[in-house]
Amino acid sequence: MIDLLPLLPMIVLTGVILILMLVIAFARNLAFTCACSVFGLVLTFISIIWVETNLGTSQVTPLIIVDDFALMFCAIVVLAAFFVSLLAYSYHASRGDYQDEFYLLLLLSTLGGMILASSSHFASFILGLELLGVSIYAMISYPTKGLKSLEAALKYLILSGVSSALILFGVALLYAVLGTLSFSEMGEAYFQPTGYDRLFILVGSGMMLSGIAFKLSLAPFHMWTPDVYEGAPAPVTAFLATVSKGCIFAVLLRLFLVLDTFQYDAVLTGLFWLAVLSILIGNILALMQTSIKRLLAYSSIAQLGYLMVAFIAASILGGKSLAIEASSFFIIAYFFTTIGAFGVVTIMSMDNADQDTDLMKDYEGLFWRRPILAAFMSVMMLSLAGIPLTAGFVGKFYVIAAGVQSELWTLLILVVIGSGIGLFYYLKVIYTMTKQPLSDEVIKVPLTGGWALATVTIFLLVLGIYPTALIDWLSTMALSMS
Amino acid sequence: MTVIACMMILFIGGVIAGLAQAWNKDWPKWVSLFTCAIVAALIFPLFFETPSIIMPVLGTPSYWIELVDIDWIPRFGIGITIGLDGLSLLMVMLTILLGFVALLSSWTEIKERSGFFQCNLLWTLAGVIGVFTSLDLFLFFFFWEVMLIPMYFLIAIWGHENRAYAAMKFFLFTQVSGLLMLISILTLALYGANQTGELTFNYFELLGHQLPPDIGYYVMLGFFIAFVVKLPAFPFHPWLPDAHTQAPTAASVLLAGILLKTGAYGLIRFTIPLFPTASQQIAEIAMFIGAISIIYGAVLAFAQTDFKRLVAYSSVSHMGFVLLGLYAFNEIAIQGAVMQMVAHGFSTAALFMIAGAIQHRLHTRDMRKMGGLWHDMPRMGAIALFFIVASLGMPGLGNFVGEFLVLMGAFQTDMIVTSIAALGLITGAVYSLIAMQKVFQGRGEEKRNLVDIGVRELWALIPLIIGLIWLGVYPQTVFDRVDPVLSSLFQHTVEGGWIGSGL
Repeated sequence: MIDLLPLLPMIVLTGVILILMLVIAFARNLAFTCACSVFGLVLTFISIIWVETNLGTSQVTPLIIVDDFALMFCAIVVLAAFFVSLLAYSYHASRGDYQDEFYLLLLLSTLGGMILASSSHFASFILGLELLGVSIYAMISYPTKGLKSLEAALKYLILSGVSSALILFGVALLYAVLGTLSFSEMGEAYFQPTGYDRLFILVGSGMMLSGIAFKLSLAPFHMWTPDVYEGAPAPVTAFLATVSKGCIFAVLLRLFLVLDTFQYDAVLTGLFWLAVLSILIGNILALMQTSIKRLLAYSSIAQLGYLMVAFIAASILGGKSLAIEASSFFIIAYFFTTIGAFGVVTIMSMDNADQDTDLMKDYEGLFWRRPILAAFMSVMMLSLAGIPLTAGFVGKFYVIAAGVQSELWTLLILVVIGSGIGLFYYLKVIYTMTKQPLSDEVIKVPLTGGWALATVTIFLLVLGIYPTALIDWLSTMALSMS
Repeated sequence: MTVIACMMILFIGGVIAGLAQAWNKDWPKWVSLFTCAIVAALIFPLFFETPSIIMPVLGTPSYWIELVDIDWIPRFGIGITIGLDGLSLLMVMLTILLGFVALLSSWTEIKERSGFFQCNLLWTLAGVIGVFTSLDLFLFFFFWEVMLIPMYFLIAIWGHENRAYAAMKFFLFTQVSGLLMLISILTLALYGANQTGELTFNYFELLGHQLPPDIGYYVMLGFFIAFVVKLPAFPFHPWLPDAHTQAPTAASVLLAGILLKTGAYGLIRFTIPLFPTASQQIAEIAMFIGAISIIYGAVLAFAQTDFKRLVAYSSVSHMGFVLLGLYAFNEIAIQGAVMQMVAHGFSTAALFMIAGAIQHRLHTRDMRKMGGLWHDMPRMGAIALFFIVASLGMPGLGNFVGEFLVLMGAFQTDMIVTSIAALGLITGAVYSLIAMQKVFQGRGEEKRNLVDIGVRELWALIPLIIGLIWLGVYPQTVFDRVDPVLSSLFQHTVEGGWIGSGL
């Protein structure tokens, strides 16, 4: 019994999911469903904090490891789900019909994300991956009106399936040589094989990496991103862009630290090009977008490219701890910035049942029609651009610090170039909002969504101005990881 | 704490001004004026205080009027270190003074969304004060970038016809070069940490770090480029003419008057003392760039038909003198460069204000459509003449002292480059007088009913006139404050050490 205590957050969330299922079976009431899931997420969050303060690192069965790193990702996943729930409420309420199951799916994929972040075994890795993925397919196609979301869901289903297959094949190759699925046991035997066996390992690791790059939408595996982002309902896009990517990155980092895959030059070269292409392609293709959702899709490709720079910094022995710290902070900043940006799109799309309001021209004059909403969006854009006062700046500072520590000068110059291009389209969004408004039509801001957005914005500003507490926690966490 | 208090007051004043618009459209500017007045009342008395706090800079004591050090992010050794010495104080005072000028120059110009306008104006001032007083490299970078945001909004929202392009260009140039500086800052700090085992961004501690020469040069370049873009010097100047021309008058005044000075200040405070050896290596190139900027700016100014663009290019020329003077590594030239910074702040701010006033009345900046304005607005003509001769370097006014000292000092270091630069005095006279002639003399096209300069504008311009005369006749006021600061910052770079010449 005691052994299962570290799993408390997951158990709580599973309980909430079961209760919610019963609640929906008996009484359909969106407000109540939303309240239940928000309350459940708060409980889960509290249990995460409790586990973090009261229990040390513990391995629960060979499948799950509960350490600070895993708990941190669980915490931000739960927070992300919390904000998405609030934002999604009014979005779904205005769309009528049966919207309750959306929350069920949201919580299920949150659970999948938590399992993914704490997995220490390929079995739990695949379990978490599929639980997360399958719920998201359904969430993307949840609105039955409009073909775009259906198209997006199908696209995501097929490509995600392909990438999962790639990962599985890679794992199978590794298993064929090493005879184990546990990360740590694999790590011990990883460099022993020679000859053909070594080639198997290299090919297996490569396939796994490409599969993961698909899920992280790193260039050149990014093709699905803009279409899926555009087609999915805005709250789901927020969830997809953060939780799904964040958790997979968590596993990737853990896997690479345990296996020390960096030792293979081929893998390192592969990572280098993933970063280079993501930064360049993401930023350049974002330039000409007229839809905010597509723009954010390409920008997220670039942001993940910056993250890869911090990730590659972990390949150098002396830079490991700083690299873990940097990527963790960057991920946190990226999470809340992305949720905030899509949150604004969600609120703007409230009354538009067929399609989200995501065209650039819909945002003209937002500063004068809804100053506070526009201010929120500006903070998000400045944070993505890495301008001080926002969490994005500290994130970028961290990435550059990790790069300098590991002396990745080429990548750093690329970060500078990428940020320069990036600034162009982020400022374009802000400039569009300062134009003269085209219409005086009142934009309704729902209470829950508005408050959620305000909290996210304040959170980002606090992290940008006084990140001390978080940084201290992260640096201890990173030291214990490396 | 005075400086931090001032920044807080400006920040809060900005918020209040932004909110005040909801009550009354005229309130924001009064709030703004009141805020500036409080800040001025706090800062200006410090001018008469003797610096008494001692901190070692490069092994010798330096004297500070005020020094605050609060922990911020201990993990990285980052603190809120704010200090005020003679140089910083001078720059902060210039900032506040030009804040008043900017405010008065836009008193009637801004009719729409004046709340948000005043808010951005005050926040810009707060950011610039932060830049001039930060003694922690992270904090400095923080303010360096933060001051861009309100300025971006000023240009992008209230600018003229091509504002989107100009605002974007302004932001891009500064931000990208700023990121290079961030890489340099981090390299400096992390290399220092590898040596001493303690990570810090504190200015005083970083001064003691010695980088390996090959790396040191590149790290210095990161700082150098960021500051030279802001200065701006050829070939990093393309953002300036657009930003200055498209910005509303108040923003032009602030841009030319103080934002350019942050670049020069950065060179004096950071680049040169942090990298004495590398700075000497680049001195030749820097002086050359300075001389080119002087001539290039002057030639392009001459070719302009847009009055504001002309003044903008003249800034490139004048700031070339600053670069030339600083990298001559000669006491006289360096003091001249500082004098030039202050005097140029006065004269260019005034010229932009006059350009704005003309545009407000004529609705054009095209000099071909002007002419004969002296007849319609004699007072403005006289005042414009004063500032134009000041800017071309008339003896007896501040700019002359600056340019003359720069040339005199630099001549001892590099004769050829300085001789080229000296041509700038002639070209300066040419474009300035041509502008005067085109705008104010000759015959106007038709009968115009123009309002001459009013009391409000005079209130802004008269202090600048007095200031320029004072600087020209008794420059010692500035030298007295600045000399001890410069002597500690330049002690390793000026040949034979800083003796404190008999200026």
